[in-house]
Amino acid sequence: MPQVTLTVNGKTHSVAVESRTLLVELLREKLRLTGTHVGCDTSQCGACVVHINGESVKSCTTLAVMCDGAAVTTIEGLAAADGTLHPMQEAFREYHALQCGFCTPGMVMSAIDLVQKHPEGLSEREIREGLEGNLCRCTGYHNIVKAIAAAADVMHGKRETIAAAAE
Amino acid sequence: MYDFAYHKPASIADAVKLLAADPEAKVVSGGHTLLPALKHRLNKPTSLIDLSGIADLKGIKKVGNSIVIGALTRHVEVATSEIVAAAIPALAYMASHIGDNQVRNRGTIGGSVSNNDPAADYPGAVLGLGATVHTSKRKIAADDFFQGMFTTALEADEILTAIEFPIPEKAGYAKMKNPASRYVMAGAFVSKGPMGVRVVINGAGPGVFRQSAMEAALAASWAPGAVAGVKQDADGLNSDIHGSAEYRAHLVGVMAKRAIIAAG
Ligand SMILES: Cc1cc2nc3c(=O)[nH]c(=O)nc-3n(C[C@H](O)[C@H](O)[C@H](O)COP(=O)(O)OP(=O)(O)OC[C@H]3O[C@@H](n4cnc5c(N)ncnc54)[C@H](O)[C@@H]3O)c2cc1C
Ligand code: FES
Ligand code: FES
Repeated sequence: MPQVTLTVNGKTHSVAVESRTLLVELLREKLRLTGTHVGCDTSQCGACVVHINGESVKSCTTLAVMCDGAAVTTIEGLAAADGTLHPMQEAFREYHALQCGFCTPGMVMSAIDLVQKHPEGLSEREIREGLEGNLCRCTGYHNIVKAIAAAADVMHGKRETIAAAAE
Repeated sequence: MYDFAYHKPASIADAVKLLAADPEAKVVSGGHTLLPALKHRLNKPTSLIDLSGIADLKGIKKVGNSIVIGALTRHVEVATSEIVAAAIPALAYMASHIGDNQVRNRGTIGGSVSNNDPAADYPGAVLGLGATVHTSKRKIAADDFFQGMFTTALEADEILTAIEFPIPEKAGYAKMKNPASRYVMAGAFVSKGPMGVRVVINGAGPGVFRQSAMEAALAASWAPGAVAGVKQDADGLNSDIHGSAEYRAHLVGVMAKRAIIAAG
C-alpha cells in the first residue's frame, strides 16, 4: 500500500493507505478527526472542506496519496492550545450561525480562506458568492453571512473582538 | 470506488511512457471530474497517473502575441492572473465563474479541456479564441480538437501540455449557469482578433460549436443588436431536466448578445 506522509494540524503523520482512499477518509477513519463531515457524493455540499497548504479544498474529492508532503488544517486545528476559539468559530457561535452544525466545519474552513484572500474586505454579496460551494440545509445563510463579516473585521484588525462586533 | 495503482511521474516523457504501457490507465490532474466519476464507478482505470508533480505543465506566460497556459494551471490561478487580466480579461472572467472556490482551487485547464464536457466553460474559450492545444506529441488547432460530447482529438497515450491563446482585440463571455453546480446550460464566447470574428456556443449542444450565422452577422457589424435577427435552431440541442432544447435555443441568442456587450 502507498505510504503518505503529511502534516495535519501541525502534527506529522505517516500512514499506509489504499490508492483510492480519499483525504476525508484518511482524516476521519485513520486519524479519527471526525470534525470534517461528508454530506454528499457529488462534490457539491462543502461539509468536507479542509485547508491544504492554506487553501480550501473539498477533501471528499481529493485522494490521500495526492496529499503526500502537504500541510492540512481541519476544523480541529483552528482553536488555540488553551481552547480559545478562532475568531471565525467565535463569530459562528456569537451570531447563531449554526443549528444542527453539520455544515459548520466546512463553512468555517471555506470562510477563513475567503477572508484571508480578501484583505481589502468583502461585501455581503461577495460573502454569499464565496459560499457557493457550501450548502446549509437548516440554519439558512443569513446569520452565517453576518458571522463571516464580523470575523473578517476581527481577522483584519478592524475590530478587537467578535463580541464588540456583535453589538 | 474501485482501487487502482498510483503513479506520480516527474516528467512528461515518464507520464507518456506509463500511459502507453497500460491501455486501462488514466491521468489525473485536479481530480474534480475524474474522482466524482470513479466514486460512482462510472470508470474503472487500472492505474492513475498523477500529473501534479510535473513542473513543465505549470504556469502562465506571455509569448509573443499569445498567452500560454500550462495544462496543470488551476482555475483560481487563471482567474487571478495579472497576465491574463491584462491580455484576455474575458478568460479570467470565465475562469472565475467555474464551479465554486473549492473547485477552482483544484480543477485545471488541462483536465477541463481534455474532458470536453458539453456543459464545461473552458471549451467555449478555447474554441472562441481560436486557441492552439499543445500536447506531448503535436499542436492541434481548437477547430480540430473538439469532436463532440466528451470526445477530443487526443489519442490514448497523448497528454495535453498547454493551451496557447492568441490575444484578441476584444472578447466577451456570458453563461446561463445551473444554479446548483454552476455548469453551463447555454453560454457564448465571442471574440474579434487574429483568428477572425468568432461566436462559440457551449452548454447548449452535445459539444461546443461555432455559430456561423452569428459570426457572419457580427463580422458585418460588431454590435449587440447584430445577432438579434439570427435564430438558433433547437434541432440537435440538449434537452434534459435543466431545460428543453427550445429554451436552450432561446438562451443562445440572449447569451450571445450579453457576450458581445461584455466584450464592448
Ligand atoms: C461541484 C463541481 C462544480 C463544477 N462546476 C463546473 C463549472 O461550472 N464549469 C466547468 O467548466 N467545470 C465545472 N466543474 C468541473 C471542474 O472544472 C473540473 O475541475 C474540470 O472539468 C476538470 O479538471 P481536473 O483538473 O479536475 O481534471 P481531472 O478530474 O483530473 O481529469 C478529467 C479528465 O481529463 C483527463 N485529463 C486530465 N488532465 C489531462 C491532461 N493534461 N492531458 C490529458 N488528459 C487529461 C483525465 O484522465 C480525466 O479523464 C465542476 C466540478 C465540480 C466537482
Ligand atoms: S462531502 Fe459534499 S462536497 Fe465533499
Ligand atoms: S447548520 Fe444544519 S446544515 Fe447548516
